[in-house]
Amino acid sequence: MDTDSIHSGYSHHSNRSRGSNKQSERSSRDRHKSHSRDSSSRSDKNVTISASSAQPQQPDQGSAPTDAQDDNWGETTTAVTGTSDHSLSQEDLAGFGKETDGPVEKLNCIRFLPLALTLLLGLLVLVTPLSFLVLPQVLWPERLQACGTACEGLFLSLAFKLLILLLAGWALFVRPTRASLPRIAVFRALLGLLTLLLLLSYWLFFGVRILDSQEENYHGIVQFAVSLVDALLFIHYLAVVLLEIRHLQPCFSLCVVRSTDGETHHYNLGQLSIQRAALVILEHYYKDFSVHNPALLTAAKSRAAKHLAGLKVYNVDGAGSDAATAQSRAKIAAAARQRDTSHNELYYEEAEHDRRVRKRKARLVVAVEEAFTHVRRLQEEEKKKPPGDEMDPREAAQAIFPSMARALQKYLRTTRQQHCHSMDSIQAHLAFCITNNMTPKAFLESYLMAGPTLQYGRECWQTRQWTLVSEASVTSPLHQGSEFQLKSSDFSLVVTSKAIPHLKLSEEYVHPKSHKFVLQLQSETSV
Amino acid sequence: MSFIPGQPVTAVVQRIEIQKLREGDNLILGFSIGGGIDQDASQNPFSEDKADKGIYVTRVSKGGPAEVAGLRIGDKIMQVNGWDMTMVTHDQARKRLTKKKEDVVRLLITRKSLEETVRHSMMQH
Repeated sequence: MDTDSIHSGYSHHSNRSRGSNKQSERSSRDRHKSHSRDSSSRSDKNVTISASSAQPQQPDQGSAPTDAQDDNWGETTTAVTGTSDHSLSQEDLAGFGKETDGPVEKLNCIRFLPLALTLLLGLLVLVTPLSFLVLPQVLWPERLQACGTACEGLFLSLAFKLLILLLAGWALFVRPTRASLPRIAVFRALLGLLTLLLLLSYWLFFGVRILDSQEENYHGIVQFAVSLVDALLFIHYLAVVLLEIRHLQPCFSLCVVRSTDGETHHYNLGQLSIQRAALVILEHYYKDFSVHNPALLTAAKSRAAKHLAGLKVYNVDGAGSDAATAQSRAKIAAAARQRDTSHNELYYEEAEHDRRVRKRKARLVVAVEEAFTHVRRLQEEEKKKPPGDEMDPREAAQAIFPSMARALQKYLRTTRQQHCHSMDSIQAHLAFCITNNMTPKAFLESYLMAGPTLQYGRECWQTRQWTLVSEASVTSPLHQGSEFQLKSSDFSLVVTSKAIPHLKLSEEYVHPKSHKFVLQLQSETSV
Repeated sequence: MSFIPGQPVTAVVQRIEIQKLREGDNLILGFSIGGGIDQDASQNPFSEDKADKGIYVTRVSKGGPAEVAGLRIGDKIMQVNGWDMTMVTHDQARKRLTKKKEDVVRLLITRKSLEETVRHSMMQH
């Protein structure tokens, strides 16, 4: 990478200057002159970074004037040691964050606690009406009045209602949890409490009115059980409305901005709590936002660093009391004046980069198109007589991959995407395209445009651990102007919400026969 | 040349007398007119007020009787032989100008530069 060579050039510098002490400095410098000249000639383009170039008097250098080793080696070292000896490339830096998360999630049993509670409650719901029916039969069977067809009808309805309740409960509640939220889900907890309360009160009534007094009217007991199941079905209806239907009607528009590159998307959501809204946004993030590429962001930082790094403040009037603030103010003022040429550099740099990208892209497209012409699907009648070497898609992909590999790799390097695509993933994608009769353009599209994060392999799915940062409580509902942040390890998503205004639609009736027209004349007559 | 509805129209006018030229069977004047109350006034390139539906001179043929008499392109015709031309249809205007029995038409025309000329000459005195 380009930055690597610059780093190593400077650390080469500082090594040489720092490692040798003053007496042997000149001799070591002369010995290493030939080496340093090569590295510094590579760093010729960025002369402004090294402060050594700011001191142009180099008495003992007869060669290229940008050769930086001179008597002022003290200043040279202090400016250049901003870059360390251990230069890292972007791939290494990206790898640091990965060690923190990992298989810790599998050991987290708290994820399964809500599911366990739900299953327990479901079991209780199933057992209670049946026990209401069975316990009197078991405890005092001889005293019970037999009831005929009415009870049978009630038994049937009870059975079907229980079946429906169980199916509906399974559909609504027994689902893999989407995420672990920081606080409890308020509505679910309330519904669980309500169900528990209902069951407890029914058990209380059963215990007092029926078990203690050993009620003989079995018809009444069966009706009691059926009423419980009816109440449970209504609670389930309430659950459907509260958990699923209420937040379908959109009333807030959320604007989500990524902090590193400003990519923005808007989503319409209904009335949700902040944590649930965050969950919905994250689900949309993986499919809507293009993948986060830290390699593209270093340019702005290095430009800003160039301004201030190139300046050194010397206090000529002796030690002042407010040295630090005066120095920084002087630096900022000097940097502001110096900013006149940096926009020029930026413009030409970007134009050059665009030109390079386009050239590489042209080469890549040609190489891929040529490679695809070598592969042809075997027709049905040709399959009968074996032509020699038939290959399955994977082998065909491996066969044509080398002809385009170099062009593709160069293109990925220029657009700094090389860490998102491994060779295996490229070959797998190629095999996929060949199997589905895709054109070369379809194959290339995933490399030319940065797609959403979902498209890439697991190594790019680096963050599944997000932190919700919010001033309001995360279980409070969204309102107009609420803001919160979703932080991951490399970047954060800043979310602001606006209420969708109340729209007033009025009608205007147009009679179908009311469309009449007249010609606009402008005639000229000669007299 | 804007007018206030309901108030009399005042304008500085020039009197032009055109002798009709006989060409074969027709008597021609040598200019073209546009405008009229049945026409679209907004397309008139010569009027200042685009709601003005008066009769305007849109073309003057070179060397014709109208040019000789002093008619210029863009002039608004206010009267023809005493007949008013500010509120007539295009066809009525054409008829008033092309009466076969008349050899001479006396027009009252107005143009923007007339006002300036009058003001200029008044200032000089």
